[in-house]
Amino acid sequence: MRNLWLFISKYNAFFLLIIFFVTSLIILVKNNNYQRASVWNSSNQVVGTAYERVNEFSSYLILGKINDSLALENSRLRNQLSSSFRNDSVKQVLVNDTNLVQQYTYTVAKVINNSIHQKNNYITINRGQKHGIKKGMGVISSTGIVGIILNVSENFATIRSLLHTETKVSANVSGNIGSLVWGEDNFDPRYAELKDIQSHLAIKKGARVSTSEFSLFPEGSNIGFVSRIGTRKGDNSLDIQVKLDTDFSKLQYVYVINNLLSREQLELEAQNKTE
Amino acid sequence: MGKVLIINIIRFIVLIASQVFLLKNIGYYNLSIPYLYILFILLLPFGIPNILLFLLAFFTGITIDIFYDTLGLNAAACTVLAFVRIVFINLTVQRDGFDNEPDPSLGIMGFRWFVFYAVILTFFHHLILFSFESFKFSEMGYTLVRVLSSTLFTVLLMLITEFAFFSKKVRK
Repeated sequence: MRNLWLFISKYNAFFLLIIFFVTSLIILVKNNNYQRASVWNSSNQVVGTAYERVNEFSSYLILGKINDSLALENSRLRNQLSSSFRNDSVKQVLVNDTNLVQQYTYTVAKVINNSIHQKNNYITINRGQKHGIKKGMGVISSTGIVGIILNVSENFATIRSLLHTETKVSANVSGNIGSLVWGEDNFDPRYAELKDIQSHLAIKKGARVSTSEFSLFPEGSNIGFVSRIGTRKGDNSLDIQVKLDTDFSKLQYVYVINNLLSREQLELEAQNKTE
Repeated sequence: MGKVLIINIIRFIVLIASQVFLLKNIGYYNLSIPYLYILFILLLPFGIPNILLFLLAFFTGITIDIFYDTLGLNAAACTVLAFVRIVFINLTVQRDGFDNEPDPSLGIMGFRWFVFYAVILTFFHHLILFSFESFKFSEMGYTLVRVLSSTLFTVLLMLITEFAFFSKKVRK
């Protein structure tokens, strides 16, 4: 104790310095906004950095749990998304006319899958049995014919596109009837071939090509126009290239044609075979 | 003893008044600011007890702080100044045998010694003062420039003051 007292009295200047200096600093920090703010800020920064590090580490440990909760939330939000809901409402317009009996009704459908670069192209639409779609119905777009319904499920239907080697459509050009095919020589989705037009017939370039009364499309539905005429060797028919009205690459909405009289027609024609 | 006390009281009042009312308004663009009032602490007698020296230094600093609105800042600087003064006098005066002299003024201690004394003490005072005023490490360079230029200014004013009262002291 005595030694300690001697030590303190020997270096009294230093201890006095500490006492007075610390007192001044306390007064300084307590009474001056700028210095107080600096002290608080820096201490907060130190504490904040420490907390941040700890937080970083602990959040790493519960990453799995967070992942699960996020996935759960994602699925919940996805269920609320408007794209998760199907529009099941179907608008069919029936016109009541005493003179005319409506033969065709149209069902609007959205193209949800489409191909144009295959040898045989198919289109899928978001309408099916539920909406009265049946196999063999014709499909047109706002610009021209598209194809024929191939398979139908409850909510979807596939269309055998016009761009299919087996699709044949009875077409009318200037009153002459031929059959429209695609994929024999060309695989360009913009053009199709018109066959079985006799070579002596005068077909002009640019003539309109539309469906004939024999097709399952309403008579006069747009197909396209004649873009090139040539002669086929060893054959007495013309080689006609048709520029299609329908741009298959940009197909968005199509109309499925329901022929109200087709059943009657088929039944009648079926009788011919049985007899 | 009574004379020393009166001289120091007058010196204190005059220096504080000149600092607060005159030198506070003088400065070179916040870069070089004179703090002549520390001359009071510099000129306190050699024989003063440490505790009294610290108390006087602290009191002087607080007085200046009250006028400057920086409570505690000059007090801290003056406390350090008192400590540096004790160390400096311990290192130089005892060795040189000036212990019997009444106070460390220019007329008694000589020009060289006094300039050295004033520069060292002023530098430490200003270093503490300006670094605690800026209160951040990022402005270290600027603070050092301020310290050096202000030390120059203060020491210059101290020498002028000392020379003004030089003859008087020699006569005494």
